[in-house]
Amino acid sequence: MSDKVSLPAPREAAPDGARGEPLLVAEGLTKHFPITGGFPVKRRIGAVQAVDGLDLTVRAGESFGLVGESGCGKSTTGRLLTRLLEPTAGRIVYRGRDITHAGRRELAPFRAEIQMIFQDPYASLNPRHTVGKIVSGPMEINGIDPPGGREARVRELLETVGLSPEHYNRFPHEFSGGQRQRIGVARALALEPKLIVADEPVSALDVSIQAQVVNLLRDVQRELGIAFVFIAHDLAVVRHFSQRVAVMYLGKIVEVGDRDDIYRRPRHPYTHALLSAVPEAADLMDTPAGGDGSARASRERIRLAGDVPSPIRPPSGCRFRTRCWKAREECATEEPPLLRAEGSGPGHLSACHFPEPPTVERTTEVILDPALRAAEGHTESQPPNHAQ
Amino acid sequence: MTATTPFLSVRDLYVRFATEDGTVKAVDGLSFELERGRTLGIVGESGSGKSVTNLAVLGLHDPRTTEIEGEILLDGQELTGAPESALEKVRGHKAAMIFQDSLTALSPYYTVGRQIAEPFRKHTGATRREARLRAVEMLKRVGIPNPALRVDDYPHQFSGGMRQRAMIAMALVCDPQLLIADEPTTALDVTVQAQILDLLKDLQQQTGSAIILITHDLGVVAHTVDELLVMYAGRAVERGTVREVLGAPRHPYTWGLLGSMPRLTSDVEEPLSPIPGAPPSLLAPPPGCPFHPRCASVAAVGGDRCRTERPELPAGRGAACHLTPERQRAIFAGQIKPRLR
Ligand SMILES: Nc1ncnc2c1ncn2[C@@H]1O[C@H](COP(=O)(O)OP(=O)(O)O)[C@@H](O)[C@H]1O
Ligand SMILES: Nc1ncnc2c1ncn2[C@@H]1O[C@H](COP(=O)(O)OP(=O)(O)O)[C@@H](O)[C@H]1O
Ligand code: SF4
Ligand SMILES: [Mg+2]
Ligand SMILES: [Mg+2]
Repeated sequence: MSDKVSLPAPREAAPDGARGEPLLVAEGLTKHFPITGGFPVKRRIGAVQAVDGLDLTVRAGESFGLVGESGCGKSTTGRLLTRLLEPTAGRIVYRGRDITHAGRRELAPFRAEIQMIFQDPYASLNPRHTVGKIVSGPMEINGIDPPGGREARVRELLETVGLSPEHYNRFPHEFSGGQRQRIGVARALALEPKLIVADEPVSALDVSIQAQVVNLLRDVQRELGIAFVFIAHDLAVVRHFSQRVAVMYLGKIVEVGDRDDIYRRPRHPYTHALLSAVPEAADLMDTPAGGDGSARASRERIRLAGDVPSPIRPPSGCRFRTRCWKAREECATEEPPLLRAEGSGPGHLSACHFPEPPTVERTTEVILDPALRAAEGHTESQPPNHAQ
Repeated sequence: MTATTPFLSVRDLYVRFATEDGTVKAVDGLSFELERGRTLGIVGESGSGKSVTNLAVLGLHDPRTTEIEGEILLDGQELTGAPESALEKVRGHKAAMIFQDSLTALSPYYTVGRQIAEPFRKHTGATRREARLRAVEMLKRVGIPNPALRVDDYPHQFSGGMRQRAMIAMALVCDPQLLIADEPTTALDVTVQAQILDLLKDLQQQTGSAIILITHDLGVVAHTVDELLVMYAGRAVERGTVREVLGAPRHPYTWGLLGSMPRLTSDVEEPLSPIPGAPPSLLAPPPGCPFHPRCASVAAVGGDRCRTERPELPAGRGAACHLTPERQRAIFAGQIKPRLR
């Protein structure tokens, strides 16, 4: 397996796919999974509010990152955008056309243009099919015959993703996890898509292999000009891959902006907490061995209490308020809209009544965790107005 | 290091599994030491032998399919080949383990309180009432709100982070002097992971126990451990204080791990520097240095040495690599470090 990526020449930029134009727009996108119960007649007794009123725009050729902790609705969002799930409410507009409730026939022309890559390279490939059959699958389904024939195209694709054309007749079980993910990438590229939604594409891989696949995806994204929605819970990987990033919490986008808006000038308390919780080997890499122990002096230290609440009965008002150190009464009664906070640049939106200053450095620690407060000898008192 | 025997000493440990395909050399000559009050981090990618090593320390392997060789001295007591009755006494009382997956480690059929109280009664002979009070106290110590009420909950009534705390409470209930935490935060979200890592550190400061923290994440060890052991293909390839290993790593594999990880501050225009290829099969590990098929420094060593001769890990700070320590430092400073910005 070579580690070089040889990319075919980029195809002609389609007039309607120019970089920077809105490609996919979601408005008020919502997915509630009903919960049923009761006997003998099943009734709807509630709903998991997996995704609740998302607004987002993915521009042609850009990589758009979606981060957040497990259960915040990233995968559901990915499946809504690719129309694998039917939205409960809201609108999805692809290249100017409303595809929110488009049926099979209406979707057909776009099916080829929007592809998906999944987390689990083991479960997402049919074990009884050869690599050739797997990668040419989308061409078959869509009745597409490339100029040199499907087999030639597949062999070319295998080379693009760093596999050997000779792998054509092999089966998935003969490959390692990283190689399988390359097969998944080749399949997604088969139809020259305009948009790839990649749901945790490297999360199941070991770090050394993860880096190989991240590099491959970046090359593909940049050199073929394909727009990506890159979903992951790893903040550093998302930063590395994405030009714009949205942070999700309990089914909502709490902050969205350019990479540096989110990673260097975040405004939402949750974004601050997430970034401060990332353990970084880098904190020790720049200090000389045997240094003074002041690693991470410049990074924030924020420790939230508890876990994310249930999306079945999310908190009123701001959904983050039960874990937020700045919460006040207003936060429980009024949902903060996603908008540009004073001091934020254009395109940098956050949903908080009391946004943080735009920096990831702070002098005071925020520690809400009861065990830590006790252990570190803090006084018992909760932070002011901390609504539980 | 003083001349007295360390609290935990593992010497030339070999663990082999007989399987249908042949013998898996899961741990292939591993040595390390650990003192009370200190934390040892063991990092390496999946399959490098981290869990197998620590299951061996606790005598948890099936003797019918597992061959264990070497010396495991815990507080002066030899554990390799010790009878099951002796090992059982060690487990829970002297040494305890917390696992990645709290759902399988906790029984769904008993209350959380009972699962914490039982080992306490068994090892101390306390009454039910005393043990229950102890369980409440432990839950409080690990930061469960309303411990007197939650003690009667079943595990499924706890969130993932709370279950992990309950498992820590269970492991610590008999004041073990050695705590082995095997990927304790891998299944958790990052905000909860930060809570749990801080909790482990604080509990250690109170109890003075020794901790082995196993993880695949170099970030997790950075703020949690004192010493670090990097494992590859069943062998330790680098050892040192965490500052030494992360601040000035010496082994090409450690360089590769660091180069593979994006940082929150790295230059996004630069691609990552992955390790080529994939880890070897432990049925037939490569001859010589097990890392040589993926290593960029084979030529710098020169000749056939990397392919034929197995480099040993020196005692104390060092790396199992044929490059001299001077070359290791020079290559890191000249070629590797600039790429890590
Ligand atoms: N098919 C489904 N039925 C019911 N609930 C679901 C379904 N799919 C996802 N959920 C719930 O929706 C929420 C969001 O899930 P998901 O989108 O998978 O989050 P993420 O990918 O961010 O981890 C979670 O609470 C999850 O349990
Ligand atoms: N009971 C067993 N029988 C056979 N092989 C095993 C057994 N347990 C572990 N192994 C193998 O030993 C190697 C090391 O495993 P392990 O210690 O679990 O790795 P990790 O570093 O991910 O914890 C792996 O190749 C694994 O497949
Ligand atoms: S011994 Fe050789 S192959 Fe092994 S890490 Fe050192 S330079 Fe690389
Ligand atoms: Mg998901
Ligand atoms: Mg393991």
